[in-house]
Amino acid sequence: MSQGFTKSMARNIFYGGSMFFFLLLLVLTFDTVKSLPKTDNRENLTEQVVKGKHVWENNNCIGCHTLMGEGAYFAPELGNVYKRMGNSKEAIIAFIKFRPKNGIPGRRSMPQFNLTDDELDAVAEFLKYVSEINNQNWPPNIQG
Amino acid sequence: MKYTSQMVAKPYFIAAIALFVGQILFGVIMGMQYVVGDFLFPEIPFNVARMVHTNLLIVWLLFGFMGAAYYMVPDEAETELHSPLLAKVMFWIFLAAGVVTILGYLLVPYATLAEITMNDLLPTMGREFLEQPTIIKIGIVIVALAFLYNISMTILKGRKTVINLVLLIGLVGLAVFFLFAFYNPSNIVLDKLFWWFVVHLWVEGVWELILGSLLAYVLIKTTGVDREVIEKWLYVIIAMALITGLIGTGHHFFWIGTPGYWQWWGSIFSALEPIPFFMMTIFAFNMVNKRRRQHPNKAAVLWALGCSVMAFLGAGVWGFMHTLSFVNYYTHGSQITAAHGHMAFYGAYVMIVLAIISYAMPMLNGRKAANSMKSQVVEMWSFWLMTVSMVFITLFLTAAGILQVYLQRMNGDASLPFMVIQDKIEIFYWMREGAGIIFLIGLIVYVASFFVGRDQPEAEMPK
Ligand code: HEM
Ligand code: HEM
Ligand SMILES: [Fe+2]
Repeated sequence: MSQGFTKSMARNIFYGGSMFFFLLLLVLTFDTVKSLPKTDNRENLTEQVVKGKHVWENNNCIGCHTLMGEGAYFAPELGNVYKRMGNSKEAIIAFIKFRPKNGIPGRRSMPQFNLTDDELDAVAEFLKYVSEINNQNWPPNIQG
Repeated sequence: MKYTSQMVAKPYFIAAIALFVGQILFGVIMGMQYVVGDFLFPEIPFNVARMVHTNLLIVWLLFGFMGAAYYMVPDEAETELHSPLLAKVMFWIFLAAGVVTILGYLLVPYATLAEITMNDLLPTMGREFLEQPTIIKIGIVIVALAFLYNISMTILKGRKTVINLVLLIGLVGLAVFFLFAFYNPSNIVLDKLFWWFVVHLWVEGVWELILGSLLAYVLIKTTGVDREVIEKWLYVIIAMALITGLIGTGHHFFWIGTPGYWQWWGSIFSALEPIPFFMMTIFAFNMVNKRRRQHPNKAAVLWALGCSVMAFLGAGVWGFMHTLSFVNYYTHGSQITAAHGHMAFYGAYVMIVLAIISYAMPMLNGRKAANSMKSQVVEMWSFWLMTVSMVFITLFLTAAGILQVYLQRMNGDASLPFMVIQDKIEIFYWMREGAGIIFLIGLIVYVASFFVGRDQPEAEMPK
């Protein structure tokens, strides 16, 4: 690099630049958090949804699936599964409930988690809630 | 090696390599499960293998960073490490925490693990990369604090170099941003928003400082180029990394329920994120071309140069490919993401850790500067085997990803369901698995390089 450009100039760009953009990130994040009520469907964030999120986490569903595009790519997107299954909680519950314990020969299959009826309802409620978050119309179509 | 306390780096490096082997074994298992769906089912479900694969990756890279710091910081500060004993104790605590976590994943159902570790008291589990039980996360914080204390005290009492300072800022940032792992609100949008404060601000933020610092150190040592020049480059690189990478976080806020303005902020700033990686490539090749001396450790120089190229390809080129919001709308959460994740992690962080191990290990084993030529040749073979097979893993996943995106998301009403497409693109998953096995062979060759040519004399300093 050229002689006119000194190390202390480089250092100042580092400290000044990163400080400035860190503050900008904080400001934007603050604004985002403030405007989330418009998109995050919080009016429907019931006790049962909260419980469903715990069921989702305690069984590591994200280890195979994506949720709004984040997670693993081994199994289908679930952010819109409520809609894909015809706006039916019952269909989601039945699917999870009747997974064969020893899998399907030769094919990928979902484990049998032995969830209670209440847990099944909670996780389905959670997936319904997520499907109603306004996320700029992602995914592009119902297949996720 | 000038300071005996640098020796504490050795167990860290050995543990890193051992866990790396574990990571890849589980990678190969998952690659198999992609094509033979019931492989090891229900004993090792895919999600379990994935946790083991990704968590081992993170843990061994952290072992690598810590070992690198324990080796480099005393050397740069020109003083003994503040407390070698603390470093040794923390090594065993960290290793025990890591092994217990992995065994926990493998031996009991995840829900049981959550229950016995009382996840409900402070729920932090069940999120990608942050699957560790809460108590383990607390352990990680304690180890990190003890480590930072040890490193800071050493730097404070010794010579203060830019390389040490940048490393320290990177490591402090690593610890600070990890704290967001403890924030897990019930609101999934908020949860996702701040989850990226760990994941993105690590790999596209503070870890880049660590990467830059270690790269600069290896280059100073192997090329003998003037420190002033190297430090100036280092400052510019890390300045660009943070200036682009901080707001670049926005490329993860397109479709998770956050405001639409992130499509602008995220696309524009993250599109500039390749710049620091490109500068690293120019930097590394420039310094090697301007070298004032020939260093007998050819393998270490190869890793350093390779790292700068592969980091640019994996993070810079493959990152750019899907970072603009109108592209990401279609590619988000597809095999293209996996392709990028693999090459970026390998190129930037795996290779820099292997570069520093390659540079330091001969001295830790009592050599003056380098291993025997025989050992280096084997090591360089492993470099090519692993690097080329990683290029192919990336290419096959990219091909699978392009087809997946096309068939699933761009085909209007004729778009096909996820599982149907997975069957159609199976051939690419088979080829990925083939490349993965070559990667594993390369890794075995790498481990072997530590055992061959030990009785032979050191490689000579070329004239
Ligand atoms: C033998 C070679 C390897 C194979 C066969 C392999 C296979 C896999 C598979 C199947 C996944 C899961 C993808 C999914 O969620 O559906 C995965 C994830 C991952 N692997 Fe590997 N892997 C290999 C080597 C590596 C290496 C060397 C690294 C690090 C440099 C790595 C880092 C990762 C990361 C970061 C993820 C998470 C990816 C994401 O979320 O996008 N893997 N790997
Ligand atoms: C060494 C640096 C980097 C590493 C280790 C890395 C790794 C990763 C990983 C593992 C993911 C998947 C996260 C998940 O599981 O959801 C990811 C996602 C992503 N990365 Fe990177 N990355 C790096 C740099 C970059 C850069 C420089 C760019 C942009 C130019 C970029 C653009 C992206 C984008 C857009 C996504 C989201 C993909 C999606 O929508 O599914 N990355 N990265
Ligand atoms: Fe990112």
